[in-house]
Amino acid sequence: MAEDMRSLVNQTVERFGKDRHRLMDIARALHARLGYLSEETIGHTAQALGIHRVEVRDMVSFYSFFSRKKQGKTVIHLCNAVVERMKGADAVGRAFERELGIHFGETTPDDAITLHHTACIGLSDQAPSALINGIPFTNLKPEDVPGIVKAIREGEDMLNMPQAEVDSNVRRPGEVIFAPMERGAAIRKAINMTPESVINEINKGRLRGRGGAGFPTAMKWDFCRKAKGNAHYLVCNADEGEPGTFKDRAILQECPDLVFEGMTVAGYAIGAREGIMYLRGEYEYLLPSLERVLAKRRHLGLLGENICGCEGFSFNIRIQMGAGAYVCGEESALLESAEGKRGAPRDRPPFPVQKGYKGEPTSVNNVETLCCAARILDRGGEWFASMGSRDSTGTKLLSVSGDCEHPGVYELPYGITVKKLIDMVGASDAQAVQVGGPSGRCLAPKDFGRSISFEDVPTGGSVIIIGPERDLLECVRQFTEFFVEESCGWCVPCRSGTTILLKTLEKVMEGRGSRSDLANLEKLGKTVKTMSRCGLGQTAANPILTTINGFPDLYEARIKHEEYTPAFDFKKALEVGCEAAGRNLELEGIHV
Amino acid sequence: MTKPLVATGHFTGCFGCHMSLLDIDERILDLVQLVEFDKSPINDIKTFNRPVDIGIIEGGVSNSENVEFLREFRKYCKILVAIGSCALTGGVPAMRNTVPLKECLQEAYLDGPTIVNGVIPNDPELPILLDRVYPCHEVVKIDYFLPGCPPSGDTLFNAIVALLKGDALALPYELVKYD
Repeated sequence: MAEDMRSLVNQTVERFGKDRHRLMDIARALHARLGYLSEETIGHTAQALGIHRVEVRDMVSFYSFFSRKKQGKTVIHLCNAVVERMKGADAVGRAFERELGIHFGETTPDDAITLHHTACIGLSDQAPSALINGIPFTNLKPEDVPGIVKAIREGEDMLNMPQAEVDSNVRRPGEVIFAPMERGAAIRKAINMTPESVINEINKGRLRGRGGAGFPTAMKWDFCRKAKGNAHYLVCNADEGEPGTFKDRAILQECPDLVFEGMTVAGYAIGAREGIMYLRGEYEYLLPSLERVLAKRRHLGLLGENICGCEGFSFNIRIQMGAGAYVCGEESALLESAEGKRGAPRDRPPFPVQKGYKGEPTSVNNVETLCCAARILDRGGEWFASMGSRDSTGTKLLSVSGDCEHPGVYELPYGITVKKLIDMVGASDAQAVQVGGPSGRCLAPKDFGRSISFEDVPTGGSVIIIGPERDLLECVRQFTEFFVEESCGWCVPCRSGTTILLKTLEKVMEGRGSRSDLANLEKLGKTVKTMSRCGLGQTAANPILTTINGFPDLYEARIKHEEYTPAFDFKKALEVGCEAAGRNLELEGIHV
Repeated sequence: MTKPLVATGHFTGCFGCHMSLLDIDERILDLVQLVEFDKSPINDIKTFNRPVDIGIIEGGVSNSENVEFLREFRKYCKILVAIGSCALTGGVPAMRNTVPLKECLQEAYLDGPTIVNGVIPNDPELPILLDRVYPCHEVVKIDYFLPGCPPSGDTLFNAIVALLKGDALALPYELVKYD
């Protein structure tokens, strides 16, 4: 058995060319075969790669989809993100616990099924949802659970289950993303231009990054093209992990060709020979269809050597799978992860355009940005810039979920007001709208006249509607809890700050807080925002800060009048000590 | 004019911050010119008899007695300054927070390899342990914090003098660099 494992490790490491940079793929392959990565497997892998065991353990322990304990044959990941819980994920969770006779984090005694919670898996529009051995299950109801468990136990093909279905849910297609395009149309236009003029055309369209930060794409490509290196890389960021975001899922389901087209155009523009699509582990179910599209494109000469007959233009795309880590959506963490390491953000400068993948100039672009780039090549920069608002051209995909009648993906011109959007999705009575996911901002009705655009309210795509009956602070609490969970732990303001924020918020919510706690929340929130090194920490306090600002009454109503209140209940804190020593506070006359 | 009163107190910690206070060397003579010491381990005055201007406390809060004394400090001191890692965060004693209290006691007094006929100490003279070690600001309101393990004698001296004179505290980089 031990020998079998050793030879499996060796074969797997061979298969990936004994390349340490492919450790993610090696670990994924071994995890898929063995069900978990034991200390022994980790040791053999390190030996086969000629690296230290701690490097492998460090990487493996970082990702939520890698287990170092033996797991059941079937692993259920039930999503417990905020929107999922709005839609009844807790009841579904209890039904699973009841049916399986175990708690979350446990495996059934017969080693058949393991039950886990997981953060947003990009199915908020079809919540509650779960991944069962990677297969997505949507619109779950507690009464579905016994049938699903029975099917697992009887070894049925999970793909045949009625709930194993993902609707792309495009409610409103627009002209940029969800419009038809002939395969290769953008590439053929590009190769008849110089790379500089391709970048210039993108510049004419004033395209800005769709991931949320809004960096001008032409500038990024230009920096990358001009940076010196042994090779240039193009990376497509398909790791949308911001809770409530699922627009890339819809793109990858509906028009993967457009993304690959955009990647190829970008490759031509920056002078890259290799493109990598970093696909989040949660979207593994999309992998087979994406690989088929890539194969087709290679067959048609749209990928490979001398693309479309353009002498010397060679470009290939490989898909790099992730393994469940929110922070990897941050571009430098993504690059670390793609190099087979833990997804810890890098210090900048140097920026990825200078030193990115394997230390070479790299342009990291969002899925949607690359689609826009392909469309600009096809229809022209001027046409693109004619849509949208002053500083935000083109259309934006919005993933709308939460308390609304028509959740799904909407392609709308930039500049649309929140009011117009909520009327469109059937949520006119919304109490609040969380734009940009937990890391974005929470808008109160007084702000509904504001517009979705880089110059006003930017978003990577997530729009979560919070209905009039909802406990908004509970949503804020869950968002904050999410950051505690996902902080990589590198810097203190983020690692400790997020936890202290959560505890203080909980104290306020339980009615034990004082005015000084509110002041502390704001003060600490600002520290976490300004002192953390990456976007996760810099935005982790946003749910609290934006709601203290937009909904002060919600907080005021829950605090006590005293200037200061202690953080905990003394009597309760002394209970264990009393019990262990067989003592009694009252009998001894100790007053606390 | 009467001199301002200063009290110092020590909870769960190593007394290192008080040692550091003595590290101000001959400047203690200047300090004595500026202030009068009330309750403090330095002069062994054990109880508060009158209101005090400044209270300086080290150590975290790990038991019923700490809670009681810390509250007393708050009650008698106009300004309360927490100094050192233990007072600010729980410090080294808070390492026990990673293990449930019951397990700690069982290992220390019942199940440890060198224990014969063990018993968990239960003398009524002993304080009762809290479930965790808490920083001071989670028990009472703290006005100022001075981090460090311990804060150096220079840091303490500068801080106390600034507080007495009502100046803004300006500490050179060397005094607030901890690694």
